[in-house]
Amino acid sequence: MTTTSTKANGSGNSSMPIQERDRVTVRFAGDSGDGMQLAGNRFADATAIFGNDFSTLPDFPAEIRAPAGSLAGVSSFQISFSKHQIFTPGDEPDTLVAMNPAALKSHLSALTKGGLLVINEDAFTSGNLKKANYPSNPLSDGSLEGYRIIKAPITTAAVAAVDDLGLSNQNAERTKNFFALGLVYWLYDRDLQPTLDWIEERFGRLPNIAEANRRALFAGHSYGETTEIADAHVRVPPAVLTPGEYRTITGNQAMVLGLITAAHLSDLELFYGSYPITPASDILVELAALREFGVRTFQAEDEISAVGTAIGAAYGGGLGVTGTSGPGIALKSEAINLAVMTELPLIVLDVQRSGPSTGMPTKTEQTDLLQVMYGRNGESPLCVLAAKSPGDCFYMVLEAVRLAYQFVTPVVLLSDTYLANTAEPWPVPDITQLDPIDVPYRRLEHVNPEDFEPYKRDPDTLARMFIPPGLPNLQHRIGGLEKSDITGDVAYSPENHQRMTDLRAAKIAGIANFIPELEVDGPESGDLLVLSWGSTYGAVFTAVNDAREAGHEVAHAHLQYLNPFPRNLGDVVSRYKKVLIPEANTGQLRMLVRANFLVDAKGYNEVTGQPLSARLLAEAIGQLAAE
Amino acid sequence: MVLQTPHAPEPVESIIPLASEDLTRKDYASDVDTRWCPGCGDYSILAQMQRGLSNLNVAPEKMVFVSGIGCSSRFPYYMNTYGVHSIHGRAPTIASGLKLARPDLMVFVITGDGDALSIGGNHLLHVLRRNMDVKIFLFNNRIYGLTKGQYSPTSELGKVTKSSPIGTTERPLNPLSVALASEATFVARTFDTDPQHLTATIEQAARHHGAAFVEILQNCNIFNDRAFADYTDRDVRNERLLYLEHGQPMLFGENEDKGLAVSATGLRVVDTDGPDAGLILSHDATRPAPDVHQLLARCQYPEMPVPMGVIRRVNAPTYGDYIDSQIEVAKFKSRNDVAQLLKGRSTWQVE
Ligand SMILES: Cc1ncc(C[n+]2csc(CCOP(=O)(O)OP(=O)(O)O)c2C)c(N)n1
Ligand code: SF4
Ligand SMILES: [Mg+2]
Repeated sequence: MTTTSTKANGSGNSSMPIQERDRVTVRFAGDSGDGMQLAGNRFADATAIFGNDFSTLPDFPAEIRAPAGSLAGVSSFQISFSKHQIFTPGDEPDTLVAMNPAALKSHLSALTKGGLLVINEDAFTSGNLKKANYPSNPLSDGSLEGYRIIKAPITTAAVAAVDDLGLSNQNAERTKNFFALGLVYWLYDRDLQPTLDWIEERFGRLPNIAEANRRALFAGHSYGETTEIADAHVRVPPAVLTPGEYRTITGNQAMVLGLITAAHLSDLELFYGSYPITPASDILVELAALREFGVRTFQAEDEISAVGTAIGAAYGGGLGVTGTSGPGIALKSEAINLAVMTELPLIVLDVQRSGPSTGMPTKTEQTDLLQVMYGRNGESPLCVLAAKSPGDCFYMVLEAVRLAYQFVTPVVLLSDTYLANTAEPWPVPDITQLDPIDVPYRRLEHVNPEDFEPYKRDPDTLARMFIPPGLPNLQHRIGGLEKSDITGDVAYSPENHQRMTDLRAAKIAGIANFIPELEVDGPESGDLLVLSWGSTYGAVFTAVNDAREAGHEVAHAHLQYLNPFPRNLGDVVSRYKKVLIPEANTGQLRMLVRANFLVDAKGYNEVTGQPLSARLLAEAIGQLAAE
Repeated sequence: MVLQTPHAPEPVESIIPLASEDLTRKDYASDVDTRWCPGCGDYSILAQMQRGLSNLNVAPEKMVFVSGIGCSSRFPYYMNTYGVHSIHGRAPTIASGLKLARPDLMVFVITGDGDALSIGGNHLLHVLRRNMDVKIFLFNNRIYGLTKGQYSPTSELGKVTKSSPIGTTERPLNPLSVALASEATFVARTFDTDPQHLTATIEQAARHHGAAFVEILQNCNIFNDRAFADYTDRDVRNERLLYLEHGQPMLFGENEDKGLAVSATGLRVVDTDGPDAGLILSHDATRPAPDVHQLLARCQYPEMPVPMGVIRRVNAPTYGDYIDSQIEVAKFKSRNDVAQLLKGRSTWQVE
């Protein structure tokens, strides 16, 4: 396959031979102020245009500016790229770029044995070593033995390259991330052109800064070329991807695009009520810039107001959406329950993060599943979906909106920090090929008032007759008090409460008839099924394939629908002797599967704030398969 | 970017469709049986709300009453409009989202002193500060009615209630001061036992473009009977209340023999036939600075007459005006092409 990208500045003119590899994982680590996220994102863009498949993992501290050089202030960006399709940003990097001692200290243990270390030796001053709690200098005390090391004077070389531009010392030093990037571009035979274009676009109005960044980039590249670095010049050929037009996308971006697209496909006006919280804030920020699509964003005074306004908008006939993370869901629970009782089409996005309490705001976890399922008073069923990859967030938003309107119910869509921030290549959907989203209340506009009852239900979906206010002769009141079946009047009778409890449950359970069955990858029955949900899809898929390569027969199924489950889930889990459920929590899906289907499912659980490790999981699968 | 100032506020009639025929009080009454205690002040408020709205003649289907939880919050059930009886304290949020999604509707909030100032205090500040185009009626009975008589954030210091058997140990909030401090553009007070004043105040609030805040003194004859009787009883009213009229001198007393003047420390009472009569202020509800309005809000019985009526009414663009004009400008400036948006900053072809 080919890409339309042209190769400028190709390498291969160095005397060192270039090696070919299938897959490489690089991690950039430095101080929060060192521009590692920027360098990583540029590398990802260059990699996308080169045609590799890739996946990224940004990891940054919760503190905006921890003290320079401190361990708390280390920020990193990992990218894995391959000639094959890949599904994770890689467990352990093959190459670690460490811009200072704290970055080395924090990330060295992740580097593969014999991996390549690119080190900014300028930063290894006694002050910085002390801040990173190094008793002696690791560059000279032999503790880095076993790794291949490129010690480069990244700061001084960058400053020298921009010497005559008249920049302040601070601005000159800032270009060191471009120097490091240039060097890594040389190592991995990346084209400089996309980054040069980006510099022009970004800094065109500051010609001096643009020139400085360009020079630092070239200087880093030449440093690689002229410094005869043995065994380090590597090429990963382009991947064979399905033909089409691609872009890079993160989960949060996909959520934003999904919401705009859902509003378009349903012809509803989008209202997004939110209170800033990591890692969901980007959704609010990006939507706020899209007023031309008629988007009303509302930065509320708290999460309760955010969901309240979204409910108000939904009740008014708009596309009412609220987005948050776990702590915000806790605050929204009472209002979400109002939407359950009043049966309104409300969309709730939960970008999960590490807990409990404030936990680790910038780290990932799958720990809100039971909260969104059961974290409300009373019997309070609602629909729960979970995206499996950054690009899947787009399609799951469309699905959430479709189900919310078809069944007139709140729908929670789960994502997490990992999906939110991870970037991957994404085939741009053709909007003309996407199904319109039906909005049943539009058909009620000419309903005969005699036939209208707010809690009369569609016999197929059990959706109630929801109409927004404004139509004459249909005035009615809804609210959080128990509703009488059909009329929606306030009701306290025991029989009615039982009936309404059953109806609310049956409506959500019935969604199973309108969603796809669960598909199994691998043997249809047999010894071992690995069952996963949400963002662990990539790691589990990779681990299952690794276990298969190691000779084990393993089936894999992945859930995007958590409530209700696909209607064949009980059947699927009963066809295997063993069921393994890997999760980034202590076993929340496992609890549901065991309770629902009486299967003795085993768990593989990591609660580290990091995505599941495909390598460790593959080992666990192998062990269980061999038992 | 400089904030675009939206067009000058328009009167209600130009935005909300009026009913085609002349409506009466009954057209706004639902057939749901009222459930308040006999003698509760809420009955009078309900009747005057229906009357006031019929004077406005806005079609009932274009109105939505949103309430929280409390005796007062049962109100929407009794109105032949659309309604949401929501959750405790959160009505302003639901009303805000509704009004933003549906500018063609008239949105009302019915709330209690606990609902609005305790659990929902945060939302009250912000709905007013944002100048959301919603009309907020706070039924202040200085008690938690629905939960059977605990003290509320407006109960007087030392008040004996079920949850303060030897008296409360906290000072009350003044709802009008809170509203003024929140930059409310319309602030008024009225009370349950003066139907005419109640109707007129409701009508003025409903006509206001922007957030309107009305404190209605409401008697809870079960748990806090006669809480306001010292100054609202018929025989003392004229002496102890100050009925405000925009542009009129602030006079009160049986024979309008007293008035309010500014002193070095605030407002003071002067006799109309005394030496300082010339210092009596005229009420200016439209004065941009809320200084005198705050002084009025703080007038308390027995030291001062208790003001009734519209304290403040100023014109300002609403939150909805701002956001709608942003949308209008953005649509004018750039294409809203979803297909293009999906492509993002750059794409590449895989062949
Ligand atoms: C979350 C929550 N907490 C507590 C309650 C119980 N509760 C219902 S009404 C109310 C107080 C109502 O007082 P107020 O707002 O003054 O209304 P009133 O009944 O006096 O009209 C309380 C505490 C509730 N419904 N919801
Ligand atoms: S308890 Fe008080 S406020 Fe509630 S209905 Fe009875 S009298 Fe009215
Ligand atoms: Mg009360």
